[in-house]
Amino acid sequence: MSLSRRDFVKMCTGTVAGMGISQMFHPSVCEAISGTLNGSRPPVLWLQGSGCTGCSVSLLNAVNPHIKQVLLDVISLEFHPTVMAWEGEPAMEHMFKIADEYKGGFFLAVEGSIPVAEDGKFCVIGEAHHKEITMVDAMKELAPKAAAVLALGTCAAYGGIPAAEGSETGAMSVKAFFEQEGISTPVVNIPGCPPHPDWIVGTVVVALEAIKTHGLAAGLGEVVKLLDDQGRPTPFFGENIHDNCPYLPDFEADKMCETLSQKDGCRMSVGCKGPNAMADCFKRKWNNGINWCVQNAVCIGCVEPDFPDGQSPFYESL
Amino acid sequence: MSSCARKGAAGHGKTAHIAIDPVTRIEGHLKAEVTVEGGKVVDAKLSGGMYRGFETILRGRDPRDSSQIVQRICGVCPTAHATASVMAQDAAMGTKVTTNGRITRNLILGANYLQSHILHFYHLAAQDFVQGPDSAPFVPRYKNSDLLTDRNKGLAAINAAAVDQYVEALDVRQICHEMVAMFGGKMPHAQGLVAGGASEIPTKDRILEYAARFDKVKEFVLNKYLPVVYTVGSQYKDLFAVGQGHRACIAYGVFPLNDEMTKFMMKPGVYYGGKDHELDPSKIHEDVKYSWFDDSTTGLHYSKGQTKVSPHKEGAYSFVKAPRYNGVACEVGPLARMWIENPPLSPIGQKALKEHFGLDAKNFRDLGEDAAFSLMGRHVARAEETWYMLSFVESWLKEVKPGEETYVKPEIPASGEGTGFTEAPRGALLHFLKIEDSKIDNYQVVSATLWNCNPRDDKGQRGPVEEALIGIPVPDIENPVNVARLIRAFDP
Ligand code: SF4
Ligand code: SF4
Repeated sequence: MSLSRRDFVKMCTGTVAGMGISQMFHPSVCEAISGTLNGSRPPVLWLQGSGCTGCSVSLLNAVNPHIKQVLLDVISLEFHPTVMAWEGEPAMEHMFKIADEYKGGFFLAVEGSIPVAEDGKFCVIGEAHHKEITMVDAMKELAPKAAAVLALGTCAAYGGIPAAEGSETGAMSVKAFFEQEGISTPVVNIPGCPPHPDWIVGTVVVALEAIKTHGLAAGLGEVVKLLDDQGRPTPFFGENIHDNCPYLPDFEADKMCETLSQKDGCRMSVGCKGPNAMADCFKRKWNNGINWCVQNAVCIGCVEPDFPDGQSPFYESL
Repeated sequence: MSSCARKGAAGHGKTAHIAIDPVTRIEGHLKAEVTVEGGKVVDAKLSGGMYRGFETILRGRDPRDSSQIVQRICGVCPTAHATASVMAQDAAMGTKVTTNGRITRNLILGANYLQSHILHFYHLAAQDFVQGPDSAPFVPRYKNSDLLTDRNKGLAAINAAAVDQYVEALDVRQICHEMVAMFGGKMPHAQGLVAGGASEIPTKDRILEYAARFDKVKEFVLNKYLPVVYTVGSQYKDLFAVGQGHRACIAYGVFPLNDEMTKFMMKPGVYYGGKDHELDPSKIHEDVKYSWFDDSTTGLHYSKGQTKVSPHKEGAYSFVKAPRYNGVACEVGPLARMWIENPPLSPIGQKALKEHFGLDAKNFRDLGEDAAFSLMGRHVARAEETWYMLSFVESWLKEVKPGEETYVKPEIPASGEGTGFTEAPRGALLHFLKIEDSKIDNYQVVSATLWNCNPRDDKGQRGPVEEALIGIPVPDIENPVNVARLIRAFDP
């Protein structure tokens, strides 16, 4: 089976949140993807740089499939600072060991940006072999060995808040760091501050399936074809919030709301950045379909490369 | 495999140095270094390994942007940061929030309290006591982990039930996030907490949807969370006798029950030297002698606070500043709030305390200072606080008025300043905002992590968690399970 953009869209989007994603968790699909890369569930090493753990917390909100299924059936999460049982130096050494053992056959998930100023001193992630390891050190060591890197959240994808104006830490995105270091491992950006759980799970599963069908290099090539010029998968980030917003008729009639709590009228008057933002929040919604930013207040453009500086002031009209 | 970075010889009467880096199952980057002598910790240092510089990033921005930016300090308790920030903005801009706005804010923050406490016990702390499945990320783990079933083989069924509850709790905390999202837009990082109130006016439907979810959460807290904490506690009686620390705590007051902000679900106060004191915010200062910040900024009141990072400063060992109240290192969190408020204990708690400890306890302080200020006492405080919250959330659901205004449009003044005092689930939190030329001139955050996980102050006094580590038993230095167990009990 070859994976087209259309298939992916079909799989990943649905009018009901998570509906499409759950179809990917049909037992036959699960079976197809387990065994990808190395004959068992692919190891995932999850690094946290300069971030807030919000991306991890968002992933815990995965509904269909349940996060339990992701952890026990789909991937083998060998390192994750917020959930793993292990700790200290042995946990770090375990991570480096997995990277050697599965060289070219594991995924590196990165949450948070990489602060490079002062030799990386602004983010020490642990100790290994009696040496302090910074986020910079860990990226240099692990990224070249990974099959692919998932840059999760706007911090990892584009720098995000830790890299905003006024920052002194030299925080940068995974892509920018790779360019600086000459690392050529493929990167998929899944921005959002935080990203929707469907965006993360959907991308992982589709990547695994493409690899299963086409082999590692060609499979990743298929995935890369789905990315826009900001490195994000178009099925999730291919449409503009404003163009699809239920308030668009109000916008066109120049009917604007007056305060943040008023539900009538387009919200551009109180700062909505929907016209700047590419994401499918308008149909997917958040937290199991409960609500979304524009319905509740305003879009602040958190999926965009220039978030937050280019999207602020958040409560001023465009 | 050696269990930890160690220097020095092991064995009886000898000194060993152990470093745990990273301390996992917490939010952020933390390293713990302890010195062990005669099977006990005799010295401890906590080092915060990350600096992002929110204070400098906020300077010069529109004051209203701060509540969005500061939520990104922590993805587990973003609503608390947003709450402190909008309160600081209200104070600096002179905005008076409506009654319905105040109650809606309580419903948003309240749902995240429930989420955070459940996540803390099951997903962060439980693996310190309960054996998970033999599959990553639950393995590898310490060889000699002193788990429930190691202590009592007869508890295999309870261990298995707790593992099931781990999975169930994932759903329950997700439901709590749905409750936040109902009035807050989404989680993590809610849009709905704004200067001037809340952006969502609750409707009848939404209140019912919130209430239906709340009922499920309540059932879980009553039937699973609270009982399991006492069951675990009854097997680890020794952990009620360690980790007392400075026996000093501070709380700012949270969940305002009136518009004048003079009555709270959990009241403000300070406790040290065996006495209660009224909270006087002018007594809060931050030392930086052992932190990677410029020495010229030490000892400042938070409203004069400066953030001048100095990452190579000799002798410093953490990016965390050391806040002190009147010079005292105070711990914050559920234990601090429960000790200061001293509310009634749950019927489940009263029964369990009688049964397992022979203790006649009606209110929280009846636990006694020794047991309350302990490793296990902090878990009990968190579970009891979750129980105590239930009836308050119910009362806010009755009080909130469908369709009534929750928002007052703020006017940004040319200049002004204000402090927002609240409590994150993990402890006392203040945000200070100073506006000049209608822009942020100074923004200072004193978070719960700063209060709990700080290094030594200018006088060389240990931070609260550092002090609580003293005396913690480490019988086997290859498996120093109690060290991070103590740290995690704080929800750092
Ligand atoms: S992208 Fe946003 S949610 Fe994710 S770590 Fe960064 S600040 Fe947190
Ligand atoms: S500006 Fe915002 S609220 Fe208005 S139509 Fe566009 S996306 Fe919708």
